Amino acid sequence: MTDTAIETCALRKEFGANVAVSDLWLNVRRGEVFGFLGPNGAGKTTSVKMLLGLVAPTSGTARLLGAPLGDRPVRARIGFLPEHFRFHDCLTARELLRIHGRLQGVRGATLERRIEELLIRVNLADAQHLQLSKFSKGMLQRAGLAQALIGHPELVFLDEPTSGLDPLGRLLVRELIEELRARGATVFLNSHLLGEVEATCDRVVFLKQGCTLHEMPLRDAQAGLEVELRIDRTDGATLEGLRAFGRDIRQQAGAVCLQVDSEEALPAIARWLVAQGIGIRALGSRRKSLEEWFIEVMGEDQRPG
Amino acid sequence: MSVRNIITIAQLTLLEMRRRRLVLAALACGAALLVLFALAVYLLMHGPHPPRSPSLLQMTIQLQLATLAGLSCVNLLTVAVAILLPIDTLSGEIASGVMQTLASKPVRRGEIVLGKWLVFWLMSAAFIVFLVAGVVLAMRLITGFSQPHVLTAAGLMVLQASVLLGVVMMGSARLTTITTGVVAFGYYCIAVIGGLIEQIGVMMGSTGARHIGTVISLVSPTDAVWRRALHLLQPPVMAEVSVTPFAGPSVPSVAMVWWAVGFALGALLLAMRWFGKRAL
Repeated sequence: MTDTAIETCALRKEFGANVAVSDLWLNVRRGEVFGFLGPNGAGKTTSVKMLLGLVAPTSGTARLLGAPLGDRPVRARIGFLPEHFRFHDCLTARELLRIHGRLQGVRGATLERRIEELLIRVNLADAQHLQLSKFSKGMLQRAGLAQALIGHPELVFLDEPTSGLDPLGRLLVRELIEELRARGATVFLNSHLLGEVEATCDRVVFLKQGCTLHEMPLRDAQAGLEVELRIDRTDGATLEGLRAFGRDIRQQAGAVCLQVDSEEALPAIARWLVAQGIGIRALGSRRKSLEEWFIEVMGEDQRPG
Repeated sequence: MSVRNIITIAQLTLLEMRRRRLVLAALACGAALLVLFALAVYLLMHGPHPPRSPSLLQMTIQLQLATLAGLSCVNLLTVAVAILLPIDTLSGEIASGVMQTLASKPVRRGEIVLGKWLVFWLMSAAFIVFLVAGVVLAMRLITGFSQPHVLTAAGLMVLQASVLLGVVMMGSARLTTITTGVVAFGYYCIAVIGGLIEQIGVMMGSTGARHIGTVISLVSPTDAVWRRALHLLQPPVMAEVSVTPFAGPSVPSVAMVWWAVGFALGALLLAMRWFGKRAL
């Protein structure tokens, strides 16, 4: 079994003269919660549709759970929550889960048990016989989540899973993602709510104009730790010396800023500066928020979507 | 093809039709038609001015023509049902995004089309059987007259509905709902016009007009199938002299019926193929 859940190589999709996705490179590891970020129109939805076999790519290749794109049996191991709660709203929650469960390949008593389990898990047990057309936005989203999880998927695509949810609903989604992570499932999260992504994802990739621009870890590795130094000497030799501890070294408003991998670098920098006889007036660090990263990666030219 | 998947999609389609009260609406229209027909026949026979004791032959011809009038109304209603019932089944679900969840499951796109088609076909066929049986039984109960060739005619009506169903599924797989509706009704109207041109061509001895009509019938065989049914249903004496107000002098051949069968199946296969390639 391969360690990679999703792997794409130069995936591209054109709709006539319009290029929706120009060059998509992804490598999502099994068991991780992966954030897919980008402004509106960046090609996120088209990318997800290509991965799910809803849209055929113009060129490029991809593998999901080790199988080539479009492989039907592998789809039985994938769950998908589409954006905007798009389901047959004449069905009841139980009927929705039964139909989608059967199509996912779950049947009989196993399916009925799974439906019970999920209805309780997403707090819809008391509304299971109500038609979806009578559901609130949050209830629909929870029914959709249950639908995505009906087949015990190894890989789950969640497209804006928390949009329209109240804080309790968002908490439920976060808990479900944690449960999926705990049982080793891979989650591919497409969301505009950067706070949610920051709270749940292990890694994110930024997409702009259909191209993967930047990939970064959010958990474990201390991504985005920025060190700000106010020191007596900021000549070329000092900046060159600091390069041993981090990257993106620049001078900004009288301070020297650099990116380091972990907080371990801070005492090392201090020791080195003292050894060089450079006076330290201030040494601080802060983690860049995902929003700051987003703005930095997307660039100033990005218009609001 | 997975039979289980086709059945699940069929169950979903049936449930949806029931909840959207489509079945109820169709049945209500059909029932209204039958009541009106029965009332008209009753008034014809027992009203204030009943027919002056015609000969048995005249009576049979009149009753057969009355049955034909009823079945022609049934035919119009079934054409409308065959077009309207499935009109947004694919296009509507594609536009609303509902299809994304279905098609992302381990299901062949063809299974989705086939499951839906199966339900619409069965519903259309059941609707035709219900209405044809209603008209024939009403006539028999009120007048004692038994219309011959009913089963064959009902089969031809089902075939006509199958052709239209295939065309609508094809359109729905590729076009928007409203465009599919325009195309389907246009397609049916072209068939009717083709039939008229053919009849006029035969009556006036114009081979060119007759050939144009036949070509149109090959492209859109719905009217030709119905005209064959009418030919079977009309009084034999009138068929001999080709003067009925319903069936014209040119009778579509059995080959045309088989062409329509192939056409309906071909349309279904094309709908499956188009939907399989459609970006959702």
